[in-house]
Amino acid sequence: MEILAFGDTGWGDELFYATLMTIAVSITAMFIGFLFALIFTPLKLSKNKFLNFIANSYTTIIRGVPELLVIYLFFFGGTGAVMFVASIFGYNEYIEINAFITGAFAIGIISGAYSTEVFRGAIQSIDKGQFEAANVLGLNKFRKFIKIVLPQTLRLAIPNLSNVWQITLKDTSLISVTGLVEIMRQSYIAAGSTRDPLFFYSFAAVLYLLLTFVSMKLINRLEVRYSRGY
Amino acid sequence: MDLELMINSFPKLLSAAAITLKLLSVSLIIGLFIGLFFAILRINKNIFISKFAYGYSYVFRGTPLLVQIFIIYFGLGQIEYLRSTVLWVILKEPYWCAIIAFSLNTGAYTSEILRSAFQTIKPGMIEAGKSLGISNKVIFFKIQIPIAIRQSLPAYGNEIILMMKGTSLASTVTIMDLTGVAKYIISTTFKPIEVFIVAGGIYLLMTFIIHNVIKFLEKKYSY
Repeated sequence: MEILAFGDTGWGDELFYATLMTIAVSITAMFIGFLFALIFTPLKLSKNKFLNFIANSYTTIIRGVPELLVIYLFFFGGTGAVMFVASIFGYNEYIEINAFITGAFAIGIISGAYSTEVFRGAIQSIDKGQFEAANVLGLNKFRKFIKIVLPQTLRLAIPNLSNVWQITLKDTSLISVTGLVEIMRQSYIAAGSTRDPLFFYSFAAVLYLLLTFVSMKLINRLEVRYSRGY
Repeated sequence: MDLELMINSFPKLLSAAAITLKLLSVSLIIGLFIGLFFAILRINKNIFISKFAYGYSYVFRGTPLLVQIFIIYFGLGQIEYLRSTVLWVILKEPYWCAIIAFSLNTGAYTSEILRSAFQTIKPGMIEAGKSLGISNKVIFFKIQIPIAIRQSLPAYGNEIILMMKGTSLASTVTIMDLTGVAKYIISTTFKPIEVFIVAGGIYLLMTFIIHNVIKFLEKKYSY
């Protein structure tokens, strides 16, 4: 257990901070994914063929291409893209983007594609009568969405969103290739310097299991909360 | 857009896609047997056996595939005893380590898919078999397995696509699969978008083919 001690002698504190980093990246990515879902779900449900096409391309491409390839695109292409935009505004110095932002954005786009599908499915399975009732009551579009559509969507979406969360959480391990010090990267560093990869990678596996286990427990409570009245 | 690079890198990426497909098909075949084995353990009435099978699928589904590959590739080589056995011939090859990790991973997901398929089989079908005097073994192979296969086709199709994407992680243990070659070309030319379009296009094509084959099979075996 000495190897996991906190302080200079062990890897305990490093791994602890790495775990916090994994949680932070996962939550940020999940949140970015929600923002993407907020844009693309209406496009998917829209009657306009062109908007449908855009949204379908997004979800099909992201769900059909390996996560690692998307991360490489952002890792190698992100700096170039930002510098290109900056050069339009006349800024020509080298810009380095933070690994956290690149990683969270790459995973967020992936997570967003899955979330979009979940929200689409949830909204489509809401009973038609609910929309009609809202119209009859004369609710405007905004109130209809906030008061009628959103609460029911959340109830139906939470079980599937918990799957998306699991995928997102596990995908963050791939950001380690960009050098962000999360669980996987920290285990890689520790394994390299102690020459004990078996222990550190197994410990990383335990940390991930712990994260998935605890988050499942929390999501289950959320599920119960949103299912009140059913 | 560097069209020349896209055209030049296409044959390289296409031949790398062959390695991706090889990794995928070998792991899927081994994984199917592992999955079937653990699914049978899961529906066993002995609580220890079914808990053991549940534990297996929980651990492999709850941890990232990257961790699993690293444990097998970097971790197992550390055990002195393993180095002296015949297993070392397999474990020192990154290719086989990746195959082992992929098979165990897809095996865990497959076992869940098959288990739920087994559990949705109507008891009446099994009872009908019993009342005809068919032995349990024949009931299992001739009634339960064919129905379970049909039931699990849609979910298994998703699993194949997820696994195809998973094989990209082989590039982290020095295997030059589609993602590995794509990364190599990106890091030597610094043209990520062009390479992403070509490599991503090949992946999408494979997804498209798998998706349609599964759809065809679903239609063929529907009743």
